[in-house]
Amino acid sequence: MSDTIELAVTRYRPEQDTQPWEQRYTVPCSDDMSVLDALNYIKDALDPSLSHRWSCRMAICGSCGVMVNGEPKLSCKTFLRDYREAGVLEVRALDNLPVERDLVADISGVVEHIEAVKPWLIRHSEPPVDTAHSQTPAQMARYHAFSQCINCALCYAACPQFGRNPAFLGPAALTLAQRYNLDSRDEGSSERMPWLNAEEGVWSCTFVGYCSEVCPKDVDPASAINRGKVASDINYGVNLFRLLRGKGDA
Amino acid sequence: MRRSHEPISWSLFGAGGMLLAFIGPGLIVSTLLLAWLVQDPQALYATLHSGLQHPLVRLATLAVIALPLYHTAHRLYHGLHDLHITGPTWLLGGVFYGGATALSALCAFWLFTL
Repeated sequence: MSDTIELAVTRYRPEQDTQPWEQRYTVPCSDDMSVLDALNYIKDALDPSLSHRWSCRMAICGSCGVMVNGEPKLSCKTFLRDYREAGVLEVRALDNLPVERDLVADISGVVEHIEAVKPWLIRHSEPPVDTAHSQTPAQMARYHAFSQCINCALCYAACPQFGRNPAFLGPAALTLAQRYNLDSRDEGSSERMPWLNAEEGVWSCTFVGYCSEVCPKDVDPASAINRGKVASDINYGVNLFRLLRGKGDA
Repeated sequence: MRRSHEPISWSLFGAGGMLLAFIGPGLIVSTLLLAWLVQDPQALYATLHSGLQHPLVRLATLAVIALPLYHTAHRLYHGLHDLHITGPTWLLGGVFYGGATALSALCAFWLFTL
C-alpha cells in the first residue's frame, strides 16, 4: 500500500498567470487523511503560495468545496484513501463559478441568488413576547431536510443549467425558497413566488438531478425544485383565474 | 421577474407522465399484445369498438393518448436543450408541442368519427 499520493492541483494566480495551469504535489497518504488535510500539508510544508478556502473541517461551514477528479466535493469530507487506486487526484476550483485564485471560487453570485429569495422567516405580525411559534413534528418534517443546506455551492458546480445561464437562481436558492415556503411559521411565500415563477426560477431546471447526488448534506435540491414546480404550477392556475375574473396579475 | 408560461406545458407533461405510469402498461397490453394473445382478435376488436361508442370512453382514450404525447414532446424538447442541440424556440416548440397537438387532433378526429 502506497503511503504517498499525487495531487494535480489547478493553479491560477491572476496577477501572474494568463490562464490556469497544473502543478503536481506528492503528499503523505493515510487512511484518516482528507483532501483538505492534503491541501493544508501542501500549504504548510511544500508551497505556501497555494490558496484554498476552509474553516471548520467537519462539513458544517461549507467553505472548502472543490472539484476532486471532476466531481464537486467538500475537501474536508473526501478522503485520500478512496483515491489510492487512481493514484492521482485532480483538484481544481468549483466548476461554473469564476476563479478568484487557485482553488478559491467566487461564490458571490450564488450568495446574491440565495439572498434574492429571502431565506428567512417573514412574519406580518409578531406573537406576544411570552409565547412562541409552536410547530408540530409533522409541520417541521415538511421542510426539515431542506433546512440542512450549508450554502457550499457544490450543487451550483454540478448544475448544467447554472453553468449555461448564471441568471438561473440555482439549486440552493430554490431549495431555501421552498424551505421557508413550507414552514408553518412563515407568511412570506407571496414575496418568494415571483422568483420561483420566473423562467430563471424553477422553470430553468430540467431535472438532471446531479445537484442531489453531490449534496454533502443530503438536502435533495432536485426534489425541492420539483416541489417548487408544483407550487408554481398551482400559483399559475390561481393567477389565471384571477385574470379571468378581471383582477390584476398577482 | 417575468412569469414563465412553462406551467402549461409542464402540467401536460406531468399529467401524461402520471397516466403513463399508472395505465401505460395496461394500455399496451389491451391495445397491442391482447390482439396477438387472444384466440379471436376480431371479437376483441368488436369489444373495444363497442366500448369506444360511449363519449366518455372516447374522451378517456383521447386523454391517455394525447397527454403522453405532450409528455414525450416536453421531455424531448428539454432533452435537446440538455444535449446542447439548440435552435429557434418557435421552430423546436412548433415541432414538438405542435407535433403533439397535431397528433392529438388527428386522434380526436379518428375517435369521434368511429
